[in-house]
Amino acid sequence: MNPPDEPVFNEPWEAQAFAMAVSLEAKGLFTWTEWAEALGREIKMQGTRSYYECWLAALEKLVEEKRLMSADERLARIEAWDRAAKATPHGKPIELGR
Amino acid sequence: MPHDHDHDHDEGSELSPIALRVKALESLLVEKGYVEPEALDTLIETYETKIGPRNGARVVAKAWSDPKYKAWLLADATAAIASLGYTGRQGEHMVTVENTPGTHNLVVCTLCSCYPWSVLGLPPVWYKAPPYRSRAVIDPRGVLAEFGLTLPDDTAISVWDSTAEIRYLVLPMRPQGTEGWSAEKLSQLVTRDSMIGTGIALKPGATS
Repeated sequence: MNPPDEPVFNEPWEAQAFAMAVSLEAKGLFTWTEWAEALGREIKMQGTRSYYECWLAALEKLVEEKRLMSADERLARIEAWDRAAKATPHGKPIELGR
Repeated sequence: MPHDHDHDHDEGSELSPIALRVKALESLLVEKGYVEPEALDTLIETYETKIGPRNGARVVAKAWSDPKYKAWLLADATAAIASLGYTGRQGEHMVTVENTPGTHNLVVCTLCSCYPWSVLGLPPVWYKAPPYRSRAVIDPRGVLAEFGLTLPDDTAISVWDSTAEIRYLVLPMRPQGTEGWSAEKLSQLVTRDSMIGTGIALKPGATS
């Protein structure tokens, strides 16, 4: 039988993380073999992380390996978004300060 | 994105740590020109609404009703599936494995979650979970039993381990009592699980 399925994505960030990986591969920035290896490595040490948490971790490592961005750049950007979010009143779109 | 917000705070907004990581990655990739936001949205919409097991069901139903198409599907699944308009963005090589009274096929990805997206959409949670990935190879009969599928003892089970390059589609056996059915009607008997091998096609009368 076909029980009703879970939604394709449980949260918006899962969809974004999914689409980024598919998009980067489509542009030839890495191959599916490289992606499967990166994701496989994360899943092997999955622990309590969800599938898409592993997906995101694999993506973060692969973009660094492929020199699309550095870890420093990425971590600084995370902090910038955190500051921007905290400075944004509810209901307003969160935007990075320039 | 309502899930990104934490509404426990009176002042300011807060993004979850994981939402922050995703936003950081995305904004950098967009700035550097590696991805376009519109392309990401289109991709998400496609996978949420347009690509799913109904694609695969149409492939299977056509193979059941058209012997020439079936021969093509078994010889060159990538081309036969693409002829119906279902092409993998990933350009993966598709292989169709046919169930017979003597052999039942079961598909798994032991490494991660490789899956024939173009015909089945994105994989269900259990397909990506460790118990299925580890046990499908070691104890396929036990796994099938948990899915409520008990095969005759003399039916052999072939397990196919998907990779980034090769994705498998199971061609289930056409149920008896469906002579003269249209492909459209037949496709309603083809479940997602029957194309992974954790189920078989529905019997006539089992659909509403």
